[in-house]
Amino acid sequence: MTAARGAGEAPLAGPAPLIDAHAHFYHADAGRADWADVNAARFRAGERIGITYHVASVLGSYGFSSPTYFPSPADVERGNNAMLEIAQRERDRVRMFTTVNPNYTDHAVREIERCTERGAIGVKLLASRRADDPLLDPIAELAGERGLPVLHHIWQHRTREWPSQEISDGLDLARLAARHTNTTFILAHIGGGGDYMHTFRAVADVPNIYPDLSGSGVDRGMLDSAVAALGAKRLLWGCDLTMCTGLAKLRALDTIGLQTGEIEDIRWRNAVRIFPANSFERCSAEAVR
Amino acid sequence: MIDVNTLVGPYPFRYVPHPTPDALVRVLDREEIEAAWVGHLPSVFYRDPALGNAELLAMLQPFASRLRAVPAVRPDWPGWEAGLRDAKSAGAPAVRVYPPQWGLGPHDPRLRELAVAAGELGLPLVLTVRFEDLRQRHPLDVAGDLSAAAIRALARAGDTVRLVVTAAGREMIEEVHWGLTPAEQRRVLWDISWIWGPPEDHLSKLFRTIGAERFVFGSQWPMRLVQAPRANLDLLPDDLRRVSLGRV
Repeated sequence: MTAARGAGEAPLAGPAPLIDAHAHFYHADAGRADWADVNAARFRAGERIGITYHVASVLGSYGFSSPTYFPSPADVERGNNAMLEIAQRERDRVRMFTTVNPNYTDHAVREIERCTERGAIGVKLLASRRADDPLLDPIAELAGERGLPVLHHIWQHRTREWPSQEISDGLDLARLAARHTNTTFILAHIGGGGDYMHTFRAVADVPNIYPDLSGSGVDRGMLDSAVAALGAKRLLWGCDLTMCTGLAKLRALDTIGLQTGEIEDIRWRNAVRIFPANSFERCSAEAVR
Repeated sequence: MIDVNTLVGPYPFRYVPHPTPDALVRVLDREEIEAAWVGHLPSVFYRDPALGNAELLAMLQPFASRLRAVPAVRPDWPGWEAGLRDAKSAGAPAVRVYPPQWGLGPHDPRLRELAVAAGELGLPLVLTVRFEDLRQRHPLDVAGDLSAAAIRALARAGDTVRLVVTAAGREMIEEVHWGLTPAEQRRVLWDISWIWGPPEDHLSKLFRTIGAERFVFGSQWPMRLVQAPRANLDLLPDDLRRVSLGRV
């Protein structure tokens, strides 16, 4: 499955380190025949963009044998096993989040222990339970103890229930983060649907929440507003399911008046800061200030 | 390269930075885009677009070498034929229509009449599937997306009809394309502003199945980053990176 590396071309996003803090891979039990092609396409585009590390998760069976956002324990394990295998095989460019379903709290804790032991550097929460539910507390607490950032799927401003997910928004995640001030939370995909302006207000005063820029949304003004509301040291670059929009946002960051250091913070330095030490050998530790 | 999907003026449901012609020209320079077709964003929500068209023409007049005005023509208003002729006289490369925002259903005969009349003047209709992601819309923004059925109905309206459909995704494009005869398919061009690239590679799949010649460059500036369609083209698989898009 290892995709061809770039053939000597300069990366489209330049030579500086670049960490995609929100990536996904597929596997044979994900219910789609082209799963390997999609994984290969992520590597192909990653090489072309210049992504140094993909920090990725597998979301159970992606709906094939249990719902994507409500994965069964068996699917959680199958998915994590697939992700472990990819991360170990692609050691020089892939890192892993452990996916869990907090409705099975004991299982979730065991999965975090099992996968962290084998190299996982973060925890992935989907939309199986509202973010501020007490069921998430043991997971958030363990993540904090281990220094594992928790990437939480977020709907930017939930105004009603939507099918197939128990959605959470910035306010929900802020309540969880306020209970676990020693845990770092990554607020998923400000470009992933909903009203990101609501999110910026909701988390501005919660310093242990780091929004990522991923998602298909490329609204003009979104990046400027994120930096204005939160500062460059609170933002992480990522792609999620659309790497074209990830590249577009990188190029847009060059046009909104940021200093070079601020762009580097978003590209990779913030990720190096919040993930466990030595997670990214190819990103220079001494460059992190 | 021409960006067929740009607009100027404010949007009623959220703040859009610098939606002005001079900002657009600077963006075109930065992105090395030769010219743009430009609509008037507020007119989408006006009952009568006539005064919005006049404002658009005045706004773009100092930038006429780069920015080509695309007025809106509303076929359910009396005298739309004159508005169409005025657009042609003003040198418009196309005219814009907004059926969902105007409450015109997919089989409205007046839309088909406009499509045929515009085609006879050599003017494509520019259609917009959406302005924002469904999940982020203002509670008062209830028009909904343009339907595939509406696009198919217009494409079938007559031999002269030419459509430039903007802001459609893969699923809609495929539903329309494979629901038309080959002759009808050739009446439709699609902009790439809302088609995803890797890892799902919708754009490359569409190029391989439908043909790159059916697609044109469009960004939906100032609503969306103009960098997005360019990035999508830059991330095509190696064997598609030199393909030529369609011509308007």
